[in-house]
Amino acid sequence: MLRMIGLRLALGVMTLLGASMLIFAGTEILPGDLASALLQNNATAENLATMREQLGLDRPAAVRYAQWFGGALQGDLGRSLATERSVARDIAPRLGNTVFLAVYAAGIAVPLSIVLGLMAAVWQGSVFDRMVNTVTLMTISVPEYLIGYLLMKYISVELGWLPTLANVTEQTGLGERLYLTLLPMLTLVLVVIAHMMRMTRASVLAIMASPYIEMAFLKGIPKWIVVVRHAFPNALAPVISVVALNLAYLVVGVVVVEAVFVYPGLGQLMVDAVSKHDVPVVQACGLIFSSAFIVLNMLADIAAILANPRLRHPR
Amino acid sequence: MSVSDIVLEVDRLRVAAGAAVLVDDVSFTLRRGAVIGLIGESGAGKTTIGLACLGYTRNGCAIAGGRIVFRGQDILTLSAAGRRALRGPGVAYIAQSAAASFNPAMTLFEQVCEIPVRHGLMTAAAARAVAVGLFRELDLPDPENFGRRYPHQVSGGQLQRAMAAMAMAARPDILVFDEPTTALDVTTQVEVLAAFRKLIREHRTAAIYITHDLAVVAQIADDIMVLRHGRMIEHGTAEQILQAPREDYTRRLVAERVRGHSFVARADGGAALLSVRDVVASYATLPRVIDGVSLEVRRGDTLAVVGESGSGKSTLARVITGLLPREAGEIRLGGEVLSAGLGGRTLEQKRRVQMIYQMPDVALNPHQTVLDIIGRPIGFYFGRSRGEIRARVLELLRMMDLPESFIDRTPGELSGGQKQRVGIARALAAEPDLIVCDEVTSALDQLVGEEILLLLKRLQEELGVAYLFITHDLGVVKRIANKVAVMLKGQIVAGGETETVFAPPFHSYTALLLSSVPEMRGDWLDEVLARRL
Repeated sequence: MLRMIGLRLALGVMTLLGASMLIFAGTEILPGDLASALLQNNATAENLATMREQLGLDRPAAVRYAQWFGGALQGDLGRSLATERSVARDIAPRLGNTVFLAVYAAGIAVPLSIVLGLMAAVWQGSVFDRMVNTVTLMTISVPEYLIGYLLMKYISVELGWLPTLANVTEQTGLGERLYLTLLPMLTLVLVVIAHMMRMTRASVLAIMASPYIEMAFLKGIPKWIVVVRHAFPNALAPVISVVALNLAYLVVGVVVVEAVFVYPGLGQLMVDAVSKHDVPVVQACGLIFSSAFIVLNMLADIAAILANPRLRHPR
Repeated sequence: MSVSDIVLEVDRLRVAAGAAVLVDDVSFTLRRGAVIGLIGESGAGKTTIGLACLGYTRNGCAIAGGRIVFRGQDILTLSAAGRRALRGPGVAYIAQSAAASFNPAMTLFEQVCEIPVRHGLMTAAAARAVAVGLFRELDLPDPENFGRRYPHQVSGGQLQRAMAAMAMAARPDILVFDEPTTALDVTTQVEVLAAFRKLIREHRTAAIYITHDLAVVAQIADDIMVLRHGRMIEHGTAEQILQAPREDYTRRLVAERVRGHSFVARADGGAALLSVRDVVASYATLPRVIDGVSLEVRRGDTLAVVGESGSGKSTLARVITGLLPREAGEIRLGGEVLSAGLGGRTLEQKRRVQMIYQMPDVALNPHQTVLDIIGRPIGFYFGRSRGEIRARVLELLRMMDLPESFIDRTPGELSGGQKQRVGIARALAAEPDLIVCDEVTSALDQLVGEEILLLLKRLQEELGVAYLFITHDLGVVKRIANKVAVMLKGQIVAGGETETVFAPPFHSYTALLLSSVPEMRGDWLDEVLARRL
């Protein structure tokens, strides 16, 4: 089992390396030379050459990649071209905000969707089952910005219960922060819940057809115990991987929700940086997003290995 | 015996799935300590009756009539909670496959203690003590710690006994055994059967014993009921059913088991068709599954390869057909050396070795018609036109005693025996010299399997094809094979002409295998156990 986990870790590191190369190559081949973009109207041949030298663009790409990735590993993400400040220092609070919102949403969505999925499996075919299925299918089908605006219109504007914008600063306290981000959190919960809930329901129901589930019923065990104690532990692997995918989405894919609620997260920062041709910031954001994605999926693979009793307790 | 001794009374039971009636007009009574055997082929309704005694029906089925009276109470009138209270403490169930019926994510203790603990009859500690006692009674190794293991950590025979412990944990009045030894090897079956019988006798538990094997039920049952298509054919004492069956169907079942005569063909000799020399093979990281196997098949031969599960029989078949490349040794077909992997073999070499599989249900593509299935090798090996293929498929269907109209059917529209005939026709379509038959009758009912054996025999006489016949059923070997190879742990421990191998002096393992095949006599199990002490 340790070998399998080691293999997962090694694969994760290799994927991360590959992703960093793609990010570097991607920003390299962006249209428009960086130097000319910075100089704009002052782009005389002479200025360009000086600028390129300053930026180190005259050196070969492989060398620049090694320097960039080596620096990133030590926490040095370079300097922003727009603000000339350390990228790491610019990013840190934004990353904190993004992670905060992701953890907030996940803390509600993951338990809720698993409980709903189990309940739907226990009462398969009931009104409750059909209602949960239909409602979650609707929330996943509507684009997240629309959900965001709808919540904003009804809950904030018409009822006046919650603020429309989630403009937190570094000075905002935890309670205030939870209150301000309630609406974006709800939006995200509505987006991710369907996938996890349906996977929980489907994988539990697939297990419910096994002979050992029939055996549990023949032992006179009540249905909810059969579902929770006998079926769910065997249905974990697919649920774990879907949870990981959704957690990754909560970190990586929330830029639209951040924009709707004007929330100062990492996604916003990246979009701004792209429009400003601020390549070091774009690269850093890309690297953080891909790391989050890879690490979460790797953890899911390892958790699925640990959830398998055959691997946890070899013969 | 008084009336109060009656623990179960089944009266004109009727179970239906929609319009189809699965069980109709079945009645019997069961006294404390008595065992009734339910006998019949698949589809006879045995399991349905067994489950109904727990007040349980599978999805889509319902009890449509009759009464099931358990200790004076008709369980069909009970509420859902009342039926649940009955299951486990009142009537307990022992399923065919322990490997599938134990939850892979829970330890044996958790599962064995579940009935008394969940029904509020014992504390967890008391239930655990009972479990340890039962493990000891059932001769399970290290009874104190046996229950800490997960199902995949113990052997099949041990797991089957652990399931008996699970059923007995709350001391039920009735045990329902549903083919509990069918999935086991013959040598393991003897031990498990003995353990079950001891348990029933010592606790004076009543039991319903479901099986398709008359010889097995003869060892354990007082009464036997023969069922067919959900109806009772015959019901009497075990002795009467076995010694003096009244109904024709029962007589056929009994006759099939006691048939002693052999109809083994003589091979016509000549040069070796297939010769296997010192072959070694294994799967990725595991130890050798085949370790230095040598054998020879001549034209018209039937070589039976026998052994228990895990002995390497099926792996040998995969190595010969090239599906699993050998690691060492040599395989020759008609003098030519065959390459280890399938990729290195010529089309002609592939054509000459064909295979028939154990599970006809999964060996045929459910989306293809019989024409596609049988016609494919004809087109592939001989490049015939569509018209020629169709004519040849019709000819093969006639050889298989199948109606020509089957040509446009898909496997879903055929019975198990018919599917196996299509599988045989597909193998023959390539006009092979050697057919590897991997447990071809073990997934079929006795009488259907018997017909398949007769068909294979006839085809051999007509076409002179040789068979490599892999089986664990020694009864089949004696009837169909002129040569036999006994495998144990990847090696051939005894081999040669069938009558030589199966006549004294035996190799010790051959003797063990032969003595483990249940016989119809009711005292057979006692004799075997006495000899082994």
